[in-house]
Amino acid sequence: MSVSSTVTPGRRLQPQHLLACLVCVFAMWVMFSPQAQAQAPVDVYEFETTEQEQRFRQLSNDFRCPMCQNANLSSSPGGVAADLRREIYRMIMEGMSDEEIEAFMLQRYGDFILYRPRLTLQTVLLWFGPILFLLAGVWIARNITRSSGGRVEATDETERETAVTLSAEEKARLSRLLNDQPDADNPTNRS
Amino acid sequence: MKNLKLFLPVIVFAVLAVFMWRGLYLDSRTLPSMLIDRELPDFELRTLELGDQLATVEDLPDEPFILNIWGSYCLPCLQENPIFMAAREQDLVPIIGVNYKDTDNAAREWLDINGNPFTLNIVDDTGRYGIDLGVYGAPETFIVDANGFIRYKHIGTIDYRAWQDEIMPVVRQLQSENQVAGS
Repeated sequence: MSVSSTVTPGRRLQPQHLLACLVCVFAMWVMFSPQAQAQAPVDVYEFETTEQEQRFRQLSNDFRCPMCQNANLSSSPGGVAADLRREIYRMIMEGMSDEEIEAFMLQRYGDFILYRPRLTLQTVLLWFGPILFLLAGVWIARNITRSSGGRVEATDETERETAVTLSAEEKARLSRLLNDQPDADNPTNRS
Repeated sequence: MKNLKLFLPVIVFAVLAVFMWRGLYLDSRTLPSMLIDRELPDFELRTLELGDQLATVEDLPDEPFILNIWGSYCLPCLQENPIFMAAREQDLVPIIGVNYKDTDNAAREWLDINGNPFTLNIVDDTGRYGIDLGVYGAPETFIVDANGFIRYKHIGTIDYRAWQDEIMPVVRQLQSENQVAGS
């Protein structure tokens, strides 16, 4: 294992660490498992066709619960969510189209009910803001790399100059220092 | 141009700060109502008072009134009740109750114990009328003008301050509008 090979002798991988890891993994597994997410209430609705059932699932997934706010209608146990699911069911069975059902919801609860907001003047920033930020980021990154690229060349030049100006004596001292020998010229430095 | 570039981070910070500062004070819990300045939706529902006879919008006052969504299970509604009772005693404005997703027995018991400030209690036991009103939980309160148009909505408890600073100014304004129209 690559992990154990990097562990220094003083800090060996203890069994407790492994246990902690396992607990973490288990906790995440529990958190993200379908059972944990599906606190979803189960309605018993009878559909005539599987298409109707699919539309019901789709619609109750796409509408946001006005009461719990961070859940869609299908996963929300809130009272009004159940009522709205019942209304969706009724409208599907009455043969209303998805657009008509959406209009019904919008008329009563407004844009808030949509998890996918409509493109209006108010939501332009919401829709295109991320792209704007990305473009700005790319632009900034390009500027930074361009200017720092110039700087790298400059340092190369100064390095070359320093290399040239080192005298033979200085070179010898440098190599002594690099080999970790006591610096005879400047003994106070090592105290 | 070079100077402007220098100040770019400050400008970006300022813009973000304004947005986020505003965001701190946005109340995401209360939804803006879609029904402001629209007519009160039609209904044909039982009431606690009229027995088997169904009530419609025709049975509502032809003066400005308050429409309060309440339930016996709803604790904030209990908090509002003394304010509404006082309003009824002083004859400030008619208050219509919508008994939302409740049972008649529980509702009657609640009114017996706590007092009944409502001139009429519309029974919306299924919550269907609540959907037409864009309601998502009791208590919610609408102010309706003399022509049956919804003019204001308050979501959540009406405490004394909300009553004084929000509800009554709107009610008074609608009442004076109504007097001008009536004279």
